[in-house]
Amino acid sequence: MRPRNFDDELDDTPAFSEAVTLLRNTSSGLYCDAGDFYIDPWKGVDYAVITHAHSDHARIGSRNYLASEEGRAVLQERLGPESRIESLPYGKSITRNGVTISFHPAGHILGSAQVRVEYRGEIWVASGDYKVEAEPTCTPFEPVRCHTFITESTFGLPIYRWRPQAEIFADVNGWWRANQAAGRTSVLFAYSLGKAQRVLAGIDPSIGPISVHGAVAKLLPHYAAAGVRLPEVQSVETFRAAEGRGLVVGPASIDGTPWLRKFGEISKAFASGWMQLRGARRRQALDRGFVLSDHADWQGLLSAIRATGAERIWVTHGSTGPMVRWLKENGWEAQALVTRFFGEAANGKEEAEEKEP
Amino acid sequence: MRRFTRLFVALDETNRTNEKVAALESYFREANPRDAAWALHFLSGRKLPRTVTSTALRNWAAEAAGLPSWLVEECHDAVGDLAETAALLLPDTPSTIDLPLHELIENRLLPMRDAPETMRKEMLLRTWSELDAKERLVWNKLITGSFRVGVAQTLVVRALASVAGVEQAIMAHRFTGRWQPTADDFNHILNPNPEAGGEVARPYPFFLASPLEGNLEALGPLSDWQAEWKWDGIRAQLIRRQGEVLVWSRGDEMITESFPEIAEAGRAFPDGTVLDGEILAWQGELPEPFSRLQRRLGRKVVSRKMRGDVPVVFLAYDLLEWKGEDWRARTLEERRRQLESALDDALHRPVEIAGKPLTAIGETFDLFELEHFSPIPALPLRLSAVLTPDSWESLLPMQHESRVRGVEGIMFKRRSSPYGVGRQRGDWWKWKIDPFVMDAVLINAQLGHGRRASLYTDYTFAIWHENKLIPVAKAYSGLSDAEILEVDAFVRANTTDKFGPIRAVKPELVFELAFEAVQESTRHKAGIAVRFPRMSRWRHDKKAADADTLENLRALLRVPR
Ligand SMILES: [Zn+2]
Repeated sequence: MRPRNFDDELDDTPAFSEAVTLLRNTSSGLYCDAGDFYIDPWKGVDYAVITHAHSDHARIGSRNYLASEEGRAVLQERLGPESRIESLPYGKSITRNGVTISFHPAGHILGSAQVRVEYRGEIWVASGDYKVEAEPTCTPFEPVRCHTFITESTFGLPIYRWRPQAEIFADVNGWWRANQAAGRTSVLFAYSLGKAQRVLAGIDPSIGPISVHGAVAKLLPHYAAAGVRLPEVQSVETFRAAEGRGLVVGPASIDGTPWLRKFGEISKAFASGWMQLRGARRRQALDRGFVLSDHADWQGLLSAIRATGAERIWVTHGSTGPMVRWLKENGWEAQALVTRFFGEAANGKEEAEEKEP
Repeated sequence: MRRFTRLFVALDETNRTNEKVAALESYFREANPRDAAWALHFLSGRKLPRTVTSTALRNWAAEAAGLPSWLVEECHDAVGDLAETAALLLPDTPSTIDLPLHELIENRLLPMRDAPETMRKEMLLRTWSELDAKERLVWNKLITGSFRVGVAQTLVVRALASVAGVEQAIMAHRFTGRWQPTADDFNHILNPNPEAGGEVARPYPFFLASPLEGNLEALGPLSDWQAEWKWDGIRAQLIRRQGEVLVWSRGDEMITESFPEIAEAGRAFPDGTVLDGEILAWQGELPEPFSRLQRRLGRKVVSRKMRGDVPVVFLAYDLLEWKGEDWRARTLEERRRQLESALDDALHRPVEIAGKPLTAIGETFDLFELEHFSPIPALPLRLSAVLTPDSWESLLPMQHESRVRGVEGIMFKRRSSPYGVGRQRGDWWKWKIDPFVMDAVLINAQLGHGRRASLYTDYTFAIWHENKLIPVAKAYSGLSDAEILEVDAFVRANTTDKFGPIRAVKPELVFELAFEAVQESTRHKAGIAVRFPRMSRWRHDKKAADADTLENLRALLRVPR
């Protein structure tokens, strides 16, 4: 079948001689010719299949969206009420022009999914963002057998090795308690969608009062509706009465804003995989950096890749070069997939953060 | 090693000065002196030669981690530091022994240097296997000679002084002096007896001038006062005792090493002399801007070239100790007389250069007997001149000269007064001619008008009050076009909030604002308003935390213009 968008002539995908090319890179994003749809397109298209609601994957402007059932509400929140979104429970499929599409848990944030595409016996899976360690705010990652696996590699270097999250949360709790003893409000920067809620679910709410920035607060009802139990958060006004005992969770973009000045003396920390490196922590003048990521670390990526049984691996986001070379040296057919969001790793942003008032 | 690693982590994890000092203090109190001596060795910025080359470290780390060398190299690129890279890549094993720091260094690290390669490798791998991730980072930094802790020397001195219970100046002297990383030397550094070394360095507290209030006439008869220019340099004491010369700054730092020519010149005074004065960058007959002098600061070794590029002088204005006797209780008149004669003697005293006695006051010498033909420079010592106005009135035109003279205004010192302590009011006044200045943080920006309608040129500035930044002034002018473009780009990249046309920006950029006066104001959140604020310069050298406080600004309310 011919592509319907004739302006999409950019094709970086080298042909594997005997392989069926189910997905290819175009100027609008990853495209399936047979099914005539895009996965996480970065321009407006007719039919967009979305892995998850982070703004570097879910862009506004497409006519129709397909998302996982678990992720539908947060996606609607991000795309606005006018966007037309169909949804599908994990594991259930629809067929479009003979191509079977289904969503499978990616364990990245609430509703995040790997997209499985099957056509005439050929199976491709686009991972979107994922992590392999299970946590309470989303359905855990499940490997999906396929012929070609398109994997992210945001943290695709062996220096990225996550400690078990229980240890990280023990550190966060310890930092919070120490600040409390010093009469300082603890401010923990975390991406407003996903990380913030994971933090809320992981910390010990008995330590003190908790408040969140509006960008985080407006997503909480969707988590509640999805059955994710999170500790009670207080309005900023009530919270301020707790003078230096509480914890505030909000996106890093609030650093230095008038909003943050409401809390008097504060200690600032950031929860992100980038905090693994001393340099990243020091550049941002943080009091603490907690290495807590919603992406897979090096071993996590390798174990996920192995579990798919795929022979062909396309690598996208982050350290694609080393990951491709390592895979090739270890018997895989591998190549890098160029995306529009190559800037991410360089400026230390795990997800594109929107500015919220 | 565990205790030292905890110290390293604690210093690394906080940006707060007090917490750093507290971590250092508890380490120095608790650690075995043999270990603490080595810790101090590293904290003072001294290093050990590297024992393992980068290539060897990379290859051995690759082997221990089971990774190809090229991948370790990729990781090194991402991390930027090989010691840290290796620590992150090695298997995540728990620490199995707690080897004291001194043993680790004396029995492992130092012997590794001369050991054959196979032994070096074996010792390195063994040590790695016995340490946990954090300890490995410290160890790797030690063996690559790249161990650096983010802590200023003044903080180390502060912590040591507090543990020993001696003054900071004494500790600064002990700390900068000669010592080896041994328990004996460490115990000596921590000796609670101030006489046990370092007392030679004990400075006097500085006497500080207060901003002049009221009319000049209110000071009384002009003849009661000594008038001098107010210099814009580094306030310092030149201490000449027991054959040594030390330079101690008002910033509580021993800055002898940054100004070796002043220390050399100090030898021209007899033992038991302490002068109060100002260090200035000096060219011809005029001081140079403070920014020139800054190039000389913070250097352990000052090159000959740097000395030539930024010549400095010590401008003496008071004598605090003479022939070992504290002169502070004597009158300024008496101190000044003795200061003038002491300086005169010093400048005419024969000094030895290349083993030959010479006098060095810009006179011509017969240099042909010397190996080097370079002229002998005059000693970099000067007297802060006393101004001789006929009347209070006649000071006004002099005051207006100050900008061209590169000074900040005029000082008035009561002739009959003793040398006080701190900011005691009444005897020393500073009369600043220039507009007031404050360092403020850019917090909001708005698009300009006309030619600048597409640029963020209208700014709101804030200063600190109870750990919060509060807006205190708006300013539009004072920047060059290039600077405006730079600020505009910063505003766009660092917008944190929008209120209509106003953008809140990350509070990072610090500007010096000049202004004419401060007034009470109920319309402003700060409770005060400043008159005619404008940006006088961009303080690239300052961080938001260094900006002024509201308290400082309120103090100016009492100053009439
Ligand atoms: Zn994401």
